[in-house]
Amino acid sequence: MNPASQSRIGAWIAFVVGSLYFIVPLIGTFEFSLRLKRDEYSFEAYRVVLTDPKFLSSFGYSTLMALITIVIGIVLVVPTAYWIQLRLPKLRPLVEFITLLPLVMPAIIIVFGYLRLYNSSSWIPLTANERSTDLLLAFSYVTLALPYMYRAVETGMRAVDVRTLTEAGEILGASMITILFKVIFPNVRVAILSGAFLTFATVIGEFTMASLLNRPAFGPYLQLIGANRAYEPSALAIIAFLVTWACMGLINVVGGAKRQAKRA
Amino acid sequence: MAFLEIKDIRKQFQQNVVVKGFDLGIEKGEFISLLGPSGCGKTTVLRMVAGFESPTAGQIRIDGKDVTVLRPNQRNVGMVFQAYALFPNMTVADNVAFGLKVAKRPAAEIASRVDEMLNMIKLPHLAGRFPYQCSGGQQQRVALARALAHKPKVLLLDEPLSALDAKIRVSLREDIRALQRELGITTIFVTHDQEEALSMSDRVVVMNEGRAEQVGTPFEIYNQPATKFVASFVGTLSILKGKLVDAAARKIRIGDHEIVAGRGTLSGRPGEDCAIALRPEAAVLENGVDHHALNGANGSGLNGQGRNRIGGTIEEVHFLGSVVRIKVKVQDNALSLDTFNNPSAVPPQRGAPVTVSFTPADVLVLEAGA
Repeated sequence: MNPASQSRIGAWIAFVVGSLYFIVPLIGTFEFSLRLKRDEYSFEAYRVVLTDPKFLSSFGYSTLMALITIVIGIVLVVPTAYWIQLRLPKLRPLVEFITLLPLVMPAIIIVFGYLRLYNSSSWIPLTANERSTDLLLAFSYVTLALPYMYRAVETGMRAVDVRTLTEAGEILGASMITILFKVIFPNVRVAILSGAFLTFATVIGEFTMASLLNRPAFGPYLQLIGANRAYEPSALAIIAFLVTWACMGLINVVGGAKRQAKRA
Repeated sequence: MAFLEIKDIRKQFQQNVVVKGFDLGIEKGEFISLLGPSGCGKTTVLRMVAGFESPTAGQIRIDGKDVTVLRPNQRNVGMVFQAYALFPNMTVADNVAFGLKVAKRPAAEIASRVDEMLNMIKLPHLAGRFPYQCSGGQQQRVALARALAHKPKVLLLDEPLSALDAKIRVSLREDIRALQRELGITTIFVTHDQEEALSMSDRVVVMNEGRAEQVGTPFEIYNQPATKFVASFVGTLSILKGKLVDAAARKIRIGDHEIVAGRGTLSGRPGEDCAIALRPEAAVLENGVDHHALNGANGSGLNGQGRNRIGGTIEEVHFLGSVVRIKVKVQDNALSLDTFNNPSAVPPQRGAPVTVSFTPADVLVLEAGA
């Protein structure tokens, strides 16, 4: 057997083992979620979950928070990444370090920091009422999703040579605002969408921050159901998994459509 | 007063001075090339005229107006970039219309100007295409149309041909020059390709280490180089090392042969080292080897026709199509000469002994009495 065939077989073995490692627990969870009714498979657990008003309200709440997080994230990250690329490239390592911090710092530390800074007796009492706590939660989510959003947008900007496009716009008489909205945003749209979907997938199942800030999000609901029911948590896990994968699929669809258009 | 005046500009990046006291006056409608090796400061000068870089010192005036501190979008100049820089999200027509839309021109005027520009670059059929659906040459034409659409006072071309293949490069440079003549627009063209600079420009500025070494017509730059750098950078030169024989009679010994040098300063004592430069097209390959003639009639170094003659051996023969470049070894020196390709003649053979002749006026003294 030649080395090329050996390497191909090795790759297939690694792929199959890896796939089984991920898929078998999923199949097990899915199979278990169908056993709510004795002696038969059914989607009863899904029916129970989907008709539970708390499921709908918590899922709706988390979806809304995810959308708010995405908007704040875009407003914060896109101009920052643009300016770093254009005028302050020396600051790139520092900004990359800052944006990666949420990956290495446990969420519980971040949220306790927020609680100390923004508690009801502080100068900015963001935990004083529900709406301001929602805002604090959205800010927390922005921090949490920063590594994904920044990296996606920054990679997109590097791919389109932002500096030259900006100079081309400037020499044609455009202001920086015009360039940002007419030239830069449309050309990093796919990167922004990728960041947005990753943010959505991160926020939708987040538990620690929502729980410690005592907000009715989907993550705490998942935990609550998991602690008190048998089959419904499995159904919820599968639903959450599908939502995440739908987001990943959308990234691929949007990215693929753009690539296809470029090839045409 | 020149239409575009660059007065004693200097640019310093931290400790690194990239442009040092650069002066240039460009007349309205003139096509000027900034030519020089990488890092000589030519692009920095262009970017200062565009407004992307601010001069550390000096002044830039366009049509009498001081634009030194104005932002690029306030200068009314057009620019074509090396990497095209078309907006990927816009069609060709939208790209061309961008500057006019930014200037809030009426829609009818924009449409008519876009049509006019696309016809001018002979690409009206590409109006609805996106940049990635066009070839490199087409994209650069569109970039040119976009740069000209808003009727700028000055056109800046930053190595616009360097990303294109050889054939398109030649055709596009002819088109650019024709367009520039037709519109009469003042143009600065940055390139490190001497052939482009010499073939397109009214005047060429040869730059080295942040300074203008020489400003002149292509003919002057090539035939009357002001400095050793210009002589060696523009065109191909054979540099031959020899010994001074007689400074007053302008005689130099190259190996066993005495020649007469017509150009350049020659001073010093007999026996001192010196170097001469010769263009490949100035040297002629003669038939046969006449050893008597090689030593120079009456010791003058010249033959009966007033030409220097030296003997050597063919070392390399490079076939370049219409031209054949022959490298002749003259003892420790190598001399290149160009001959036109003659399909009916026997090509020169490596190792063959040959005689090369050239006039004293073709010989430029580079170093003497050093």
